[in-house]
Amino acid sequence: MKILVPIAKVPDTTSKIAFVDNNTKFSPDGVTFIMNPTDEWYALVRAIELKEKQGGEVVVIHVGLADSEQIIRKALAIGADKAVRVDADPTDAYFVAAQIAAHAKTENYDLIIAGKETIDYNSYEVGGMVAELLDLPCVALVQKLDIENGVATIKREIEGGTETVEAKLPLVICAQKELAEARIPNMKGIMGARTKPLAVVPADATEKLTAITSYAVPEKAKECKYVSPDNVAELIRLLHEEAKVI
Amino acid sequence: MSVLSVVEISEGKIKKASVEAAFYGSKVAEGLGTDSIAVVLGEASADELATLGQVGVKNVLHANDARFNNFDSKAFAKAVGEAVSASGATVVSISFNQNGKLLAPRLSVRLKAAYVPGAVDLPVFSGASATVKKNVFSGKASAQYQLNTEKKVIAVNPNSLSPVRGTGTASVEAFAPAVTDADFSTVVKSTDKIVGEIPLSEAELVVSAGRGLKGPENWGMIEEMAHLLGAATACSRAVADVDWRPHHEHVGQTGLTIRPNLYVAVGISGAIQHLAGVNGSKVIVVVNTDPEAPFFKAADYGIVGDAFQVVPKMNEEIKKLKSAH
Ligand SMILES: Cc1cc2nc3c(=O)[nH]c(=O)nc-3n(C[C@H](O)[C@H](O)[C@H](O)COP(=O)(O)OP(=O)(O)OC[C@H]3O[C@@H](n4cnc5c(N)ncnc54)[C@H](O)[C@@H]3O)c2cc1C
Repeated sequence: MKILVPIAKVPDTTSKIAFVDNNTKFSPDGVTFIMNPTDEWYALVRAIELKEKQGGEVVVIHVGLADSEQIIRKALAIGADKAVRVDADPTDAYFVAAQIAAHAKTENYDLIIAGKETIDYNSYEVGGMVAELLDLPCVALVQKLDIENGVATIKREIEGGTETVEAKLPLVICAQKELAEARIPNMKGIMGARTKPLAVVPADATEKLTAITSYAVPEKAKECKYVSPDNVAELIRLLHEEAKVI
Repeated sequence: MSVLSVVEISEGKIKKASVEAAFYGSKVAEGLGTDSIAVVLGEASADELATLGQVGVKNVLHANDARFNNFDSKAFAKAVGEAVSASGATVVSISFNQNGKLLAPRLSVRLKAAYVPGAVDLPVFSGASATVKKNVFSGKASAQYQLNTEKKVIAVNPNSLSPVRGTGTASVEAFAPAVTDADFSTVVKSTDKIVGEIPLSEAELVVSAGRGLKGPENWGMIEEMAHLLGAATACSRAVADVDWRPHHEHVGQTGLTIRPNLYVAVGISGAIQHLAGVNGSKVIVVVNTDPEAPFFKAADYGIVGDAFQVVPKMNEEIKKLKSAH
């Protein structure tokens, strides 16, 4: 089975978020970049587990510039077999999806497993867009994925519960928590990653459909109104009369 | 020209999140001086669909076809794409809920439309382009997305607008998209819904607790508060990880993102990854023994105190309030 896993580079969650150039650009100053957690912990690890069980190959693809090499090597250290980097700045989801789809068209992948969202733009879009570009079925918010004789059994989140669906390969999956347990790369993996193939390819000409014109950080944190633990009635009164939420 | 909203049906009823998407669509249509149209896929009664008129929808395109009763992203994208052609829509409004998060990006590719995932406000038009606000960096900032194509797809973050209901009635028109059985690529085998509880992602009031409660046996008072308020329960990841609470209750960066009107956080420290899932809530109440707990910085109301004393008192006061009204 041949599996493709798109991986994104994002600021570490504890990073301070700041903008420059009149609030039109994200400032990477002092920010640590990591592999997007849902891509790493769930999509990549489940792909590797499926390969370990059934044989095949796991390829990671990243759209980004040369400074992303570290996260690509980490994916190889965790257990991907090879990597492709599309050499372009990933500023628009459609552009990124088009790059991934262009690569996928040249290889016959049985499965593409993306993360459900990235923790920077929280957009939940690349997996679905790739599926539409390739005219493939797609299931998102996936918590469980098993494959038997070319048929995937998938558990996905729905409002207030889960649903189990079946779909034939080839297929696109958007992974979320519970799909796998994160793996920490071991020494052997880290050493091996250095010699695994990493192809750098130019971007496909694709237009960008959106642009971010400005950012804003919420005005100073709200002011908390404290109520004494001996006067709980006052809290309930405030919630009812002032906030009007109960 | 028109604005098309995608409205989902669950067990014959319009989903709450879709009412909001339809209201959003109507507001956009009003701004553009055009009609608000809705598309509904799956079986539903005409009476139920006519109620969309209350949020400004003029006409409903209804594919009353049982094949659509279960969500299939490929077939839905194709069918909604046809509804866009049929209605001449230039803007499509979809809820940014579980299904919308997949349907909207697929549809945007199909239409070659610029797409904003999780809009929190109405778009501002300037000539052929529009700018829409959305939250980024897990709620730590917002961004203005500029949509530069003629057709635009907007997925509306749940609980961003409160729909105002009027008295209108929508007309309902049969709609038969050319979707074949082969377009349905997924088959639903079973569903597992938590019955009798309010789904967390739809809840307007949420009562949540964390490691401060010491053990799973102490959740009775939290469940009682939820019951008294008609709220859903949630929890921090720390307690879901040790199985004190089920994983579907876990909110935050790696769990659900919710935006209820009220979020009560008891014995939760307010780690940045937890806040990422709840800081869009309208009103946040924090109960914590530690005055330095970071959650107080995100709170509207706070009590520095022991949950085991404060929560039972809150429940007593809520009972009094409920019996007086
Ligand atoms: C990459 C990553 C992703 C993560 N994603 C999430 C996520 O999605 N959601 C999430 O919740 N966490 C997430 N976490 C974990 C997060 O960082 C915190 O560890 C977690 O939220 C802590 O849970 P807690 O507040 O219940 O526990 P604690 O941090 O242990 O806090 C317990 C709180 O209870 C208070 N307390 C103690 N006794 C009482 C009492 N008697 N009455 C009242 N208050 C009391 C304490 O003062 C303390 O503030 C993530 C972490 C990482 C690294």
